[in-house]
Amino acid sequence: MLFIVIAFLVISLLFYVLFGGADFGAGIIEIFAGKRHYQTISKAIAPVWEANHIWLILVVVILFMGFPLIYADMSRYLHIPLLALLVGIVLRGCAFTFRHYDAIKDQSQDWYTFIFRISSLFTPLFLGMVAGGMLVGRMPVTMADGSFYSLFIAPWFNLFCLAVGVFTVCLFAFLAAVYLIGEARSEEETHTFVRAARNSNIALVLAGGLVFATAAWEGLPLVSLFINSAGAIAALVLATLSLPLLWVALVRKHVVASRLLAGFQTLLVLGAWFWVEYPVALRYENGKALTLFEAAAPAATQQQLALALIVGSLLILPSLYYLLRTFKKPVRV
Amino acid sequence: MDDLLAARLQMAVSLGFHIIFACIGIAMPFLMAASGYRYLRTREPLYKDLTKVWSVGVAIFFAVGAVSGTALSFELGLLWPEFMEHAGAIIGMPFSWEGTAFFLEAIALGLFLYGWDRLPPWIHWSSGVVVGISGVASGIFVVAANGWMNSPAGFDWVDGKAYNIDPVAAMFNDAWFTQALHMTLAAFAATGFAVAGLHAFLLLRHPNNLFHQKALRIALTIGAIAALLQPLSGDLSAKDVAERQPAKLAALEALYETSQPADLLIGGIPNDETRKVDYAIHLPGMLSFLAHGDFSAKVIGLDAFPREDWPPVLIVHVAFQIMVACGGILALMSVLFLVLQWRKSPWLFKRWFLWTLVVISPLGFIAIEAGWTVTEVGRQPWIIYGIMRTADAVSPMPGLVVPFLLFTFLYLLLAFVLVWLMYRQIKTLPDRYASARLTSNAPTQLE
Repeated sequence: MLFIVIAFLVISLLFYVLFGGADFGAGIIEIFAGKRHYQTISKAIAPVWEANHIWLILVVVILFMGFPLIYADMSRYLHIPLLALLVGIVLRGCAFTFRHYDAIKDQSQDWYTFIFRISSLFTPLFLGMVAGGMLVGRMPVTMADGSFYSLFIAPWFNLFCLAVGVFTVCLFAFLAAVYLIGEARSEEETHTFVRAARNSNIALVLAGGLVFATAAWEGLPLVSLFINSAGAIAALVLATLSLPLLWVALVRKHVVASRLLAGFQTLLVLGAWFWVEYPVALRYENGKALTLFEAAAPAATQQQLALALIVGSLLILPSLYYLLRTFKKPVRV
Repeated sequence: MDDLLAARLQMAVSLGFHIIFACIGIAMPFLMAASGYRYLRTREPLYKDLTKVWSVGVAIFFAVGAVSGTALSFELGLLWPEFMEHAGAIIGMPFSWEGTAFFLEAIALGLFLYGWDRLPPWIHWSSGVVVGISGVASGIFVVAANGWMNSPAGFDWVDGKAYNIDPVAAMFNDAWFTQALHMTLAAFAATGFAVAGLHAFLLLRHPNNLFHQKALRIALTIGAIAALLQPLSGDLSAKDVAERQPAKLAALEALYETSQPADLLIGGIPNDETRKVDYAIHLPGMLSFLAHGDFSAKVIGLDAFPREDWPPVLIVHVAFQIMVACGGILALMSVLFLVLQWRKSPWLFKRWFLWTLVVISPLGFIAIEAGWTVTEVGRQPWIIYGIMRTADAVSPMPGLVVPFLLFTFLYLLLAFVLVWLMYRQIKTLPDRYASARLTSNAPTQLE
């Protein structure tokens, strides 16, 4: 049962990145692509963003029910970036909804847009910093005689976490750009999104390098973790080899191929990272790690959680498919 | 401000904010679906417009509810990590089901809002009903989790650790049913009366407006039925609390001394020092009857508990009085409305009746906030009743006043913008929908 729960945790996180991430990325793309494209962007994410957002709630619920020790320690020591993440989630969702539903389109639109874009940018940054904080190995072991800085700032305020944050921002922007190509309503718009996809792809690869460099700087043996895992190397090589394919698909403006390749590469990179870390979930400053197995709730809980997830997904996945299909085919007039 | 107080206030602000959106998310889809049903049966464009207008309300409030709910699922840990470390494995189950219900709600809402031209009419309408059903289910699951904090079940507590965890027993704890029933009815009553009040206000400004008349009838019918059933559900809750949490009952009735029979107090200001309630009206034996169904039954008072296990009596007692008073007024108005409706009375749209509806429109939500104050403050000093104290569960991070102020500011700002947004929605209603200009003098204008 535990493995079913872990599988759901990983899949929910991946789907949140792929779908929810793309919605955040759309806000980032808006910053660079400008106001002309905001109609297209709004239209593309309006029917689906709330459903996409719920993958994150699933991740949280699986964490606190299935792995309460992980959830509790994250909440204790990563309080500040989690708080910033929440403020970002609330602001982004509200600003987007208000912009969409305000009956009078006047100056207030500029305010909504400003908040929407800013929060679309900083929310993924803090999401990445939380992920980095879990793995960088600065989690305090005990509350005793720690300063505020060492207990509540140091665990996440470092170059590695910042790099993971930047990587997340680039990844979300990249996913959004690739996704938006299929939503473009003019040649010029297609061109804009293709260019955004190219630029964010380059930024993403650079940010990926930065993650490895800062890991070494912070004394985290990320490179050796990857090198010692054949599977991880294979995944990274495959991701790199498929990059030219993606570029060709982008240049040819092949919507389905670009989306699949972008999703495939995200899967490979995140999958490889998960693979080399597995089953570690949190790293502490004394070099010890908390694994998914150590943090797992008792078997009775795992069983109920797995049951809820399986039944839930039987209900959710067909409905979600229906939702996405409904809004991805042209209207019959 | 000390950290425990800041954490409790932040939780109160976050829950108090979220509950309004959650309740609207539970009840409003049914209003929308009721109007949608009328449209599909009669094909009157007015009902289609009304459905759309209400669905925009659902969309806005659902979005704010979704993000503030996400914030809460993190705040449980951010503010109470010690609680979640132990409780997560026991009481996560209703949350895992709530996740499913919430997901379905979001999907169905997407289909309903954007599917007018893309889905067959009845499938489209069904998606609206699914929104409502999932909303009710989400509410029930979350309240079941809260019920467990009041009535812990499904584990053995030995030396500060939980053993023999049984998530199913935890979810179906002794409090889940009465609490979930009371909350669900409250959501319908509060939303029904709030929406009716809004349309009543617009009817005062645009007399005989057919759109608002029809809207008022639907909203008030749903609200009135719920508000009439609510006192019965409240009675179940009272007997239940008397059984499970005598300290909470004693606090909400401000009963300092164990009494046989016990008087019911109306109003009054409890004084912990003198252990007396000043300025209260006494109804002899009534509390014994309400709590145990017997006018001479013994009711346990606060004197049966050590001083450090008392909830804050003043807050709980006053909040309880407010809840009962608001609920009572709504129930009386419901009777009046249903009689007028049944007799097809012209009084229904008279100015005095409309004004009354406007004045009482916030009472349902005031009752909900007061009722949650009773539940939550009445459980203090425990976070898990009789098991873990709130003070032992709080986050170790100092300076919790900062996130408290941040969230308070954020939610005040959002509330302000929302009111403004609704104002602009309403102001432009006649421009955007022709049927919102119809008057009952010429109802066939559009047909």
